[in-house]
Amino acid sequence: MTLTPLNAVLFGVVLLLVVGFYGLLITRNLIKIVLVLQVLVKAVVVALVLGGKASGNLGLGQSLAATVIVADTVVAVVALALAVQVRRRVGTLDLAKISSLRG
Amino acid sequence: MTETLYYIGLGLGASLCAYRAMISKHLLPSALYLAGVSALVTVTLYLLGAYEVAVIELSVGAGLVTVLLVYALSVVGEDVVDPSSIIPKPLAFLLVAGIGGLVIWMAYPLAIHPNTNGETLLANVLWQDRALDVWVQVALIFSGVMGVLGLLSEKVHPQETPLHEMHAIGQDHAIAIQIEQELHV
Repeated sequence: MTLTPLNAVLFGVVLLLVVGFYGLLITRNLIKIVLVLQVLVKAVVVALVLGGKASGNLGLGQSLAATVIVADTVVAVVALALAVQVRRRVGTLDLAKISSLRG
Repeated sequence: MTETLYYIGLGLGASLCAYRAMISKHLLPSALYLAGVSALVTVTLYLLGAYEVAVIELSVGAGLVTVLLVYALSVVGEDVVDPSSIIPKPLAFLLVAGIGGLVIWMAYPLAIHPNTNGETLLANVLWQDRALDVWVQVALIFSGVMGVLGLLSEKVHPQETPLHEMHAIGQDHAIAIQIEQELHV
């Protein structure tokens, strides 16, 4: 198995994805979940650019990556605003406590 | 070979920063580690030749999102600490190891036979081939801004309005308060 530059980037992407998924599984804080999603999206952005470069269509990869960055930023903004509102109304950001609320 | 070493170092550094962001008990260091991840990802994108996306990632990922995270932390207070996880950590580790193995198994053939023919410009793709995406992005940004304005706005309840208090106090006294408020304005 030869380690080309694109393979090295691929392993970095996989490592970042693994860390992101691990964080998503062990995290209970709403704001930290937004942060973990950011890590996952960064891995996806690099993967899109890598896919574009490997398939000889870097422009397409870049345009898709830019779209993902914009959508992810809007998601992060709305999710943070929701987290702030949850904290104000419920008094906690712990997912276990929030999901146990009824009514 | 040097380029490969650069990519390995950048990938390891970004993953280390991401891991530190995960395990940090307080959220402010986590936000700063996320900015570090974003900076290292930006360098990787630049070395891959994606200059435009690298600039967007640096300005949005390391700049805007970090500022938003710090702002959200300043609003919710300093006592935000991440509680321990519900899922056992060994189980989570096994799951993500399986996911990582699957991703490598599926994506490795793509990276081993790169095709560098027919490079296209981002501007051509973005403004000609995928022009609809640009308009969708504009709509998305607009909806995001409107959503944030709606969510972060402090709603004034009817019970807290001065007019409602006036009815409770009495009509004559209310008129006196209204005149006094107008004089202050």
